[in-house]
Amino acid sequence: MSAPSTTSITLPTPADPATPKGTAMYTLDKVGKTYRQSSRIVTALKDVSLTIPAGQMVAIQGPTGGGKSTLLQMLGALDRPTSGDVRLGDDVLSKLPDRKLAKLRAKEIGFVFQGFNLIPTLTAQENVETALEPQGVPAEERRRRASDALAQVGLAERAGHVPSELSGGQQQRVAIARALVKEPDVLLADEPTGNLDEQTRDEIMDLLEGLWRDRGLTLVIVTHDSAVAKRAERRLRIAGGSVQEI
Amino acid sequence: MFLTYLRRELAGRRRQTLIVAIGMALAIALVMIVNALSGGVRDAQASVLESVYGVGTDITVTQAPTGPGEGGPGGGRFEFGAEDGETDDAEGSTTVSDSRLTTGMGTATFDDTALDTALSTEGVADAAAALSLSNTTFSGELPDFSQLQGGGGAPGEAGAEAPPTGGADGAGGSAFDVDSFTVLGIDPAASALGPLSSAAVTEGRGLEAADAGADVALLDSAYATTAELAVGDTIDVGGTTMEIVGLVTADTADASTGANVYLPLDTAQALAGLEGQVSTVYVQAASSTDITAVQASLEEALPEATVNTQEDLASSVSGSLSSASTLVSSLGLWLSVAVLAAAFLIAVLFTVSGVTRRTREFGTLKAIGWSNRRVVGQVAGESLVQGLIGGALGIVIGLVGIGAITLIQPTLSGSAGSVQAFGGGEAPAAAAEAADRMGLTGDGGPFAAATTTSDIVLTAPVTVSVVLVAVGLAVLGGLVAGAIGGWRASRLRPAEALRSVA
Repeated sequence: MSAPSTTSITLPTPADPATPKGTAMYTLDKVGKTYRQSSRIVTALKDVSLTIPAGQMVAIQGPTGGGKSTLLQMLGALDRPTSGDVRLGDDVLSKLPDRKLAKLRAKEIGFVFQGFNLIPTLTAQENVETALEPQGVPAEERRRRASDALAQVGLAERAGHVPSELSGGQQQRVAIARALVKEPDVLLADEPTGNLDEQTRDEIMDLLEGLWRDRGLTLVIVTHDSAVAKRAERRLRIAGGSVQEI
Repeated sequence: MFLTYLRRELAGRRRQTLIVAIGMALAIALVMIVNALSGGVRDAQASVLESVYGVGTDITVTQAPTGPGEGGPGGGRFEFGAEDGETDDAEGSTTVSDSRLTTGMGTATFDDTALDTALSTEGVADAAAALSLSNTTFSGELPDFSQLQGGGGAPGEAGAEAPPTGGADGAGGSAFDVDSFTVLGIDPAASALGPLSSAAVTEGRGLEAADAGADVALLDSAYATTAELAVGDTIDVGGTTMEIVGLVTADTADASTGANVYLPLDTAQALAGLEGQVSTVYVQAASSTDITAVQASLEEALPEATVNTQEDLASSVSGSLSSASTLVSSLGLWLSVAVLAAAFLIAVLFTVSGVTRRTREFGTLKAIGWSNRRVVGQVAGESLVQGLIGGALGIVIGLVGIGAITLIQPTLSGSAGSVQAFGGGEAPAAAAEAADRMGLTGDGGPFAAATTTSDIVLTAPVTVSVVLVAVGLAVLGGLVAGAIGGWRASRLRPAEALRSVA
């Protein structure tokens, strides 16, 4: 059972990206984040100011505990900053209520995780469909779009398999299909190749890069891997809560 | 999606689903069986009470008996009329035969205007009065007491050494029979209410309005068999010969009717010298919801009387039926509550542990846009279905258990104080129990008049309410577990949920 080659994948261009290429997709203004750990306060982000234009592919590198995942969570509307503002287009994420953040995540942001984070009891097809559930997409359309998304990542014939029946690379492809099936403006990937061997890593990165190019996505990848980071248009290094351009 | 996800989750962790469902099923089955048994015991109690009070009686009005020494008709002293006997001087014996009709022990009579008062009370649909009596026939030989008194004296005195003579054994002894049976004077025109409403005429005819004041009697068929009497025969009641016009049998199998002999009320009153007196008024309320209000009105209108509802009277049923009732209502209830609480706890613990185990899953779902409500709904839905599976399984186990009880057909003995014994509250019930313990139920002995014993086959009826209780508990168990598990899931912050995995 070998992973299909990305060369055979056709990637349709999404219609009219919500944010025109070049305009600011993300604007971070003096974003700070602190956590309380027992009795001490840990600073994860320190006055981070940053702009990520729409359609840019950005790699964030840095040591463990440097604040990479925290920054990604801020961008993904999964957490709120302790200070400063995070803007996604015109929305100030730090000021939106939980319900609105959930809606935003449902529509505009796609996530890919290091551990794939697929629902173990659902098939690949059903896992992809979970991303359309919050939008209230009718069942028939949901099934069609999920099938198309799986076909786009080269897993049409594995649609009925549960994650335990798929290889790591295949699982990550399902996760990518799940992230892209809702046609988001932003794709956030947290160590997407961290659990994969070198060959599979390259295949997944080919896939992500292809999707980014063809769809005009804003792609933010957190990675330890310099080979992955080198593929990005822009590289940032975060250490001690501060961000620097590389 | 909701149903697919739910189905896959429950199928994916079969062991947990099975443990929760079985726990819930056992608890629900136990509740069903206890509930059904409770219904069966209630039916049995009602059956025993019906044999005494008849069908449709909601309330009885009686009067507490007067204490010893306070007099009143039919007190505790029994006069067997030795002075009226025939003395045979040659044998030194007195032959006596006397039949007395009196109110039984623990029974008091009161003015029959209470019937009119009851009928005029608001909320009363119907009422009937009865007079409960006991007929005791004493026959035998006694020694010539005058002879004994004349020859008596302290030991050592002259004449004290003369042995007693006469009597049944020629040595001053006595031999006599005491035959006792219960008599109930009833309104011959009112058969719809009172003790005979739960009895059927199996031979001859019943009492009719035209029988008022007539010397006619109905006999309980069981008593007639024992006393070897039949329709057309006569029976001596209070020294008057009554023609037996019919036999009655209790509707309930194995139960005897409330008395051995039934007479027209005015005939019974005249024979007992209790004109215008009754011992019980049977009252039927217009609506079952009015019983408490009617009871209160009657207590106000008849301040001297004791007013009991069927519920009050149920506590006076004794015997193994009473033990079963106590067992079901106390041990059964608490066992059900304990098992149910344990099942709910297991369901809650498994659900909460499932949510903890699925932290990453729920964090991911929230990250891809699932709202809190949707995640909580998923957890609650899974718990609810788990509960319903347990409920369905519980209903099957419960029905099997109930079926087993029906198959075994346990027989319980229920003793209820007859019309004579009731009315005094605690004391007559105690008397009935004492009589039961002493084996004096039935037709013999002075306590015989105080109890009616029935052998009742205990059933465990499956009613809609029993099934509804089971379904309700299954839903409740699922909802409780789902609510707690859902609450835990709703508190998961997506960032923390994902971070906990990293």
